[in-house]
Amino acid sequence: MQNDLSIQNLVKTFGEFKAVDNVSFDVPQGSFFSILGPSGCGKTTILRMVAGFEEPTSGVIAIRGKDMRGVAPNNRPINLVFQHLALFPMMNVADNIAFGLKRRKVPSAEIVRKVEDVLERVGLPGYGQKRINQLSGGQKQRVAIARCLVLSPSALLLDEPLGALDLKLREQMKVELKKLQAKVGTTFIYITHDQSEALVMSDQVAVMNRGKFEQVGAPQELYREPATPFVARFVGDNNAWSGKILERSGDDVTIRTNEGFTFRAQARDACAAGAPADLFLRPEAIRIEPKDRQGLNMMRLSVKAILFDGANSRLLTATPSGQELLVSLPQNRKFDHVRPGQEIEAGWHPESGACFAANPGQTLADLAAQTGEEGVAP
Amino acid sequence: MKSSKAALWLFLTPVLMWLVLMIVLPHIDLLIMSLRGKDELGKPAWTLANYMNFFSEPIYWLTFVRTALYSILTMLITLVIGLPTAFYIAKVGRARFQGFFMILLLLPFWVSELVRVYGWMILLRESGVLNFLLIKAGILNKPIEMLYNDATMIMGLVYTSMLFMVVPLVSVMESLDDSLIEAACDLGASKLVIWRDIVIPHCKPGITSGCIVVFMLSLGNYLTPNLMGGKNSLWFTEQIYNQFIASFNWNQGSAFGFLLLALSSLIIWAGLKITGQKLGETAS
Repeated sequence: MQNDLSIQNLVKTFGEFKAVDNVSFDVPQGSFFSILGPSGCGKTTILRMVAGFEEPTSGVIAIRGKDMRGVAPNNRPINLVFQHLALFPMMNVADNIAFGLKRRKVPSAEIVRKVEDVLERVGLPGYGQKRINQLSGGQKQRVAIARCLVLSPSALLLDEPLGALDLKLREQMKVELKKLQAKVGTTFIYITHDQSEALVMSDQVAVMNRGKFEQVGAPQELYREPATPFVARFVGDNNAWSGKILERSGDDVTIRTNEGFTFRAQARDACAAGAPADLFLRPEAIRIEPKDRQGLNMMRLSVKAILFDGANSRLLTATPSGQELLVSLPQNRKFDHVRPGQEIEAGWHPESGACFAANPGQTLADLAAQTGEEGVAP
Repeated sequence: MKSSKAALWLFLTPVLMWLVLMIVLPHIDLLIMSLRGKDELGKPAWTLANYMNFFSEPIYWLTFVRTALYSILTMLITLVIGLPTAFYIAKVGRARFQGFFMILLLLPFWVSELVRVYGWMILLRESGVLNFLLIKAGILNKPIEMLYNDATMIMGLVYTSMLFMVVPLVSVMESLDDSLIEAACDLGASKLVIWRDIVIPHCKPGITSGCIVVFMLSLGNYLTPNLMGGKNSLWFTEQIYNQFIASFNWNQGSAFGFLLLALSSLIIWAGLKITGQKLGETAS
């Protein structure tokens, strides 16, 4: 399959600071590609370089096989949907959408037809004569996308376009964007710090941290098989322990945590016996009062609080030494008897615990701080 | 409620006093004076003769037309220079240099207009700095008189008015979101189109207020046209001055004063109508 966007060894430095550090990736035609990372990780810099607003320090950006070095933003076959949309307030909806077509000297009859057509496609038929300030947040969103789609770009770049919307609308637009992308078939390159946006919409997600890609893969892959501690921490929720590997055979390891648990788990990288390691465990991997305890890692937990959130409800629990753990609480009425203050037995399968060699320069606390903004709505 | 009303009056009183005593009352007096004249018997009487003189004597209304046209020209030149200057200060200079540029712009205005005009005269006169340099460089073999013509006078007026155009333009340009310019660029617009379709429509309120202020200041300027324009560049304010001081005809002078007010208001009204602006929408 042809790649709409191909990036090789891209580097961008601002003075001493390396904003983008040797990043390479390909975006196949028609796919939905997301770059996910905390703010300041360099994802917007990548996007601005692809759009042509920043010049790369080194590396190659190729759009449909054509090197873009030295091509001005107004001559690149891609369009950018800005974070705050940047609709022109001095024009109505139709003129906003027609802006790019007029620059291409498209005959006016055809402009009218194309504008109506694209408004239809984004679900806003008959909105052409409205002023921008008459539109709701979601409608503005769709006009901003329509304004780019009408030019049939090779790829559409989106810079956290849902960031300014309120939560409810954001949830709705996520699904709509995904549907729209499937319908028009244009390649979307989407920048976000919101993992749920990236996971829900994308075919491929690149997790970015400190100017580098930590892992590129399908959302399921990132969630189930994180390649680095950062990905484990950033994508989805995870409980974490620091500890030491006692023994390793193949990928099966036995780890002793600093608070004294001995667990069996899976090694995800080259963590060796005797070396310090970090263990990550998803809240939904922990089973409350399991019937069949064969082969499970068991622990006693005291319930501190019930975090009820519908299907996403959790228990906030603590181990005997006081470390907090999140445990998901299935809403199948089996655990209605659980109350704060109670002690429960919990178990998890060794397959679901992911071990990574501890990085001396990056403790669990550092990781938490780096990924800290995850889930925080702007 | 009652105390807030009292406070309102407390603050309004000085303003109202200033308005009534310094502006309204003298103008009423001038208005009465402009309508007074002598009848056939030489007795004081109400008359429109002072106003009729303006229209019947070509020298008067021609001077006014000249003044108005040159003021419009000054306004346009100031706008054309002011737009890129303001854009540079607001968008390119950014926070670090913005204050510095504004001080550079303000600095000449710390000196009185009279001194500034004499400064130009030192530069431009026959024995001035510019002529000296040009002769030294061998470009001229004898000095030429650069003062006392219309072009120099317009240049002086533009120089005097520049601040009043740039300040409102900088303030509207600062409110222009950079991403609008980038979006236009991203959609394939050239620099010219970005200026025409994005920057200028956004800056309209600032352009309008800047233009009004510059036009009015040029129209009512006395020093610059008088000193730099010389004998052939008669300005309407000089006609008013002549009536008051030279001819001692206060009635005629007041009538001219009111004509200047009425006609300039008319020109601004027409200007706003033609460009489809409303006075209330202008920014300061």
